[in-house]
Amino acid sequence: MGFLNLLTKRGSQTGANLVRLPTGSFTLDPGGRTVASTLPRSFPAGKVRQIGELVLSTFQAAREAGIPLTELIADYAALKLTARELRGGAIIFLAPRSLGQK
Amino acid sequence: MSIRHKVLLLDDDQDLLELYREMLARLPSQPEIHTATSGARAISLLESEPFSLLISDLNMPKMDGLQVLTIVRRKFPQLRTAVMTSVVDAQFRTRAYAMGIDLFLEKPNTSQEITFFLDCIESLLGREMDGGFRGVQSKSLVDIIQLECLSQSSSVLKVTNGALNGKIWFNNGEVIDAESQDLSGEAAFRKILSWKTGNFEILPADPERPRTIFNSYQGLLLESAQALDEAQAQVPEGESAPSPEEGAPAPAAESPLAALARFNGVEFVMTVRASDGKFDSWSAENPEQISQWVRQTMQRFRGLGDGLQAGQLSQLEGLGPQCHVALVSKADNDLCVGFHRSLSQDLVRETMSKIATKWAS
Repeated sequence: MGFLNLLTKRGSQTGANLVRLPTGSFTLDPGGRTVASTLPRSFPAGKVRQIGELVLSTFQAAREAGIPLTELIADYAALKLTARELRGGAIIFLAPRSLGQK
Repeated sequence: MSIRHKVLLLDDDQDLLELYREMLARLPSQPEIHTATSGARAISLLESEPFSLLISDLNMPKMDGLQVLTIVRRKFPQLRTAVMTSVVDAQFRTRAYAMGIDLFLEKPNTSQEITFFLDCIESLLGREMDGGFRGVQSKSLVDIIQLECLSQSSSVLKVTNGALNGKIWFNNGEVIDAESQDLSGEAAFRKILSWKTGNFEILPADPERPRTIFNSYQGLLLESAQALDEAQAQVPEGESAPSPEEGAPAPAAESPLAALARFNGVEFVMTVRASDGKFDSWSAENPEQISQWVRQTMQRFRGLGDGLQAGQLSQLEGLGPQCHVALVSKADNDLCVGFHRSLSQDLVRETMSKIATKWAS
């Protein structure tokens, strides 16, 4: 069963290319700059920026549509994103879900 | 004539691919094994010919397994998918299942694990072969129930209708219990029978299930049919008679959305077609602007979910000083409901769940 050794060796590798969904929060100023963050450094800054821009533009577009919002909750199958508006900026919480969690 | 399944193996390690190819070739069903060392190559192969199963690694350079699965679920929704990975992490397991995969397996390390792995894959391929009911539209639910009863089956019939799902338990050809949302017993059975379309799946028997239905299946079907006939006959007047949980006054508008607006606290209802932005609204003050916001917001948050590989966006809620909103999607349509600002977030969520269920049905 020589090939089992090969499988075992491969099995010990870590998922370096996969990005874990983080638990934590970050705060944006009205310009979209991150002013505070508890997210792990392993989570790409580009993704943080993408989330921040989406949240701020959604608050902005909601205001323009006549339904101003102060809180947004996006429920994904594997992640809950909660964003609270802070005087033009926002604080955004990310919480991954586990299997079976409501 | 027996069908030879085609299995596509995706892993960036060529040596491993060869090993798995050899292992899978020994399966009793003798599937045809194809391999790909990159996500792009795998997707090209899937586009060029039909496959029964994709087995993908997670940790790969350039396009990782979750990215591949995101694309595959969109482009080939009928394809069975399995993940086989050395990344032992509950979060990746959750995210992979959230994308709708059929199996999540760790790369086998021992001979027992290899046997288990092969059994799982063979079972998955067998499920594909046995799934003859899938997509059969000419058979009604009544036909399926009769079939189970006449063949003296012991099984569980799982029925899915959009966001709704229900189960009917059979024991030796008798209906012994049913369950749907918060209903059980005969009430659940009648509810499930009222669904016009959906998917169903026969699951293994559950002999421990306590019996709550004692009526014969013929009696149940007859009563359900009568109840449906009566309900249909009452629809014109019934539309104006709210059920106890729907306490708000009935709107006079003819819009089909009016029925969704009967729940307490609802201020407006709107559906928007994601593909072209066409919308239908009930009681919204500035429907044009809101519809654009709904379409754009859902599109962008779905995109964010894909980018993060966080699975399907099940719901989006917004709380505001003037009103609260909740948004859900079904196929190509987005539903947006505006609620009175006095409603708590829990109540918004609970009411939206009922409205979404009604909308889906």
